[in-house]
Amino acid sequence: MTQRVAVRKTYKLFIGGVFPRSESGRTYVVTDAQGRFLANAALASRKDARDAVAAARKAFAGWSGTTAYNRGQVLYRVAELLEGRRAQFVEEVAASEGCPPEQARQQVEASIDRWVWYAGWTDKLAQVLGSTNPVAGPYFDFSLPEPTGVVAVLAPEDSSLLGLVSVLAPVLATGATAVVLASPTRPLPAVTLAEVLATSDVPAGVVNVLTGRPAEVAPWLASHLDVNALDLTGASPELAVQLEVAAAQSLKRVRRPGSEDFSADPGLGRMLAVLETKTVWHPIGV
Amino acid sequence: MATLDYAPAPESRAILDLRSSYGLFIDGTFVDPLEGHGFKTVNPATEEVLAEVAEASAADVDRAVAAARRAYQQVWSRLPGRERGKYLFRIARLIAERSRELAVAETLDNGKPIRESRDVDLPLVAAHFFYYAGWADKLGYAGLGTAPRPLGVAGQVIPWNFPLLMLAWKVAPALAAGNTVVLKPAETTPLTALLFAEICQQADLPAGVVNILTGAGPTGQAVLAHPDVDKVAFTGSTAVGRSIAAAVAGTGKRVTLELGGKGANIVFDDAPLDQAVEGIVNGIFFNQGHVCCAGSRLLVQESVYQPVLDSLTRRLGTLRLGDPMDKNTDIGAINSAEQLGRIRALAEAGDAEGATRWTAECTLPSRGYWFPPTVFTGVTQAHRIAREEIFGPVLSVLTFRTPDEAVAKANNTPYGLSAGIWTEKGSRILWMAQRLRAGVVWANTFNRFDPTSPFGGYKESGYGREGGQHGLAPYLASEGSQ
Repeated sequence: MTQRVAVRKTYKLFIGGVFPRSESGRTYVVTDAQGRFLANAALASRKDARDAVAAARKAFAGWSGTTAYNRGQVLYRVAELLEGRRAQFVEEVAASEGCPPEQARQQVEASIDRWVWYAGWTDKLAQVLGSTNPVAGPYFDFSLPEPTGVVAVLAPEDSSLLGLVSVLAPVLATGATAVVLASPTRPLPAVTLAEVLATSDVPAGVVNVLTGRPAEVAPWLASHLDVNALDLTGASPELAVQLEVAAAQSLKRVRRPGSEDFSADPGLGRMLAVLETKTVWHPIGV
Repeated sequence: MATLDYAPAPESRAILDLRSSYGLFIDGTFVDPLEGHGFKTVNPATEEVLAEVAEASAADVDRAVAAARRAYQQVWSRLPGRERGKYLFRIARLIAERSRELAVAETLDNGKPIRESRDVDLPLVAAHFFYYAGWADKLGYAGLGTAPRPLGVAGQVIPWNFPLLMLAWKVAPALAAGNTVVLKPAETTPLTALLFAEICQQADLPAGVVNILTGAGPTGQAVLAHPDVDKVAFTGSTAVGRSIAAAVAGTGKRVTLELGGKGANIVFDDAPLDQAVEGIVNGIFFNQGHVCCAGSRLLVQESVYQPVLDSLTRRLGTLRLGDPMDKNTDIGAINSAEQLGRIRALAEAGDAEGATRWTAECTLPSRGYWFPPTVFTGVTQAHRIAREEIFGPVLSVLTFRTPDEAVAKANNTPYGLSAGIWTEKGSRILWMAQRLRAGVVWANTFNRFDPTSPFGGYKESGYGREGGQHGLAPYLASEGSQ
């Protein structure tokens, strides 16, 4: 009896709802924590980054225009799918991060729970962050949070799934769309998450996942005029400064890197970082 | 037919007692600048010198920041919110008591009509302090945790279009939240900030809590770049905003920027046209168009284009341009020769690119800086006068057919500060308001402001909000944050 030959997975980019290879034709070797070969991942280029931004921009009107209730349901369904893929994520997180399966399991479960937490925020943000403003005159005046647009996210390098979910889910909950640069050394859970998103009801282009070198790709995202905000969580201190300078040219909202504890209560900070406030006035009269 | 005209009705200057020169306000007292430079501030309506003010150098900035740090650590951050609030209430009351004097100073230094400084700027200034005074002991209810913390020393740089009002927008929330400030007023309009320094003295505000440094661009740069400044707040041009955003990279300083705009004022065919025309006039000719949220692009639905334009030009013919101190004046002076040059250059670009210029008939005074109310028709979205902020009394008129087209044209700008909608149909107002990418949307009104109402831009109009509960967030660290 011959032993069955396993079907190995090709890890690709996720842009506009499909899984292309890098336009550059390049890949790079991803290893586990012990340095053993895990897979080849696509090495994203400037062109891939720009395609991802274009896809995210195209998806923005639709995603931000869905009702908050619908957005919450779509995101909750992602959590349902994640739950079904738990075993696969545990394996990939354990391999990527070199942690015992038990620890990987906790990370995966915390990730799913975090996704559920953010899914529940979609239809509460406007109530918690909005206001009616008692102006001194005959006007009805109210303020509402609105998503800023396209957000480029540098996912944390170490926490391959919980960190990724913690930076991506808040962007989606607000109604913004995302271009995520996965952890360069631990990108496999990000690609698998993209596969989950592709089979979910999240519309094409709402999430785009790039794998590759942050120092090569991120500057194109930071200087791109159609990116509204930049989350530098995964950037090294030197790269973060360079990217913040580039982002200044189009006055992007920038969330700087800091010490992160992804096991802690996330608070509203990450959603606030990609929300605008719109104030509307109307006279009161007969 | 004989035309009747208004008799002059000048406001009296007697209420204002200006000194011939002012020092820098550091640590509670007026001091001479270390390097002894000064410059003159002039009345843009007459080119008469009003006073000489000091130009703060980097060394003066060091002194002011040190005073602010000391006051922060030793006094202000330790004071209970209730007590901080009482100082702010005092300031609000003093401003109200001295409002006529401050309005006169504002009009003389800025060139805006006394009617506006008296009826718009000053009431809003007092209200802003009064509003934030009440927040000082309620910060735990601001949505940032039960015990949010102040940031430290705030460096603030403000523009010349609403000098004292922009000071109030910056200083009131900063102090209420428990920060101390170093503020630089605009080079051409330093006077009311210096009078505000006197008010701080009258209120017995602890020394160093508010420091006022007069000067030009380099002084402002030194304030914002100072390593001991924790928070940077700037209102002004998008170009300067970009350089500030780049300069703070890697410093950890918190930033808010309130920058330029190219607001669309959208008039539908079912709008009450007389009201809409008043709104258009208020949108672009209020404060000579020196308003970042001005409705500088008029988008008119094609079917009412001609009646709106006829009515608008007829109305503009009745505006009175001239002495800003006259209570009947509608249009005052352009703030500076430099700004006048910019307005002229952009208006000439409008001619050169093929738009049609219409100018209200009025006699411009022989001295001072003046630009008549001007309307460009035949403007396309590619014209510079439809894309660039003019910051003057110049309106660019475009047309649209459908609501979708109005939204697309209104949003076709890197800016996103304000927009206006004129229609009698409520559902259309809300539909439009949802789609306009702008921080403030005025429906059937324009250029309304209130201390309770958050104000600020999308996109390249900056970030952060001023006013309301939202306006506290830039000056507070939420509980548990780094």
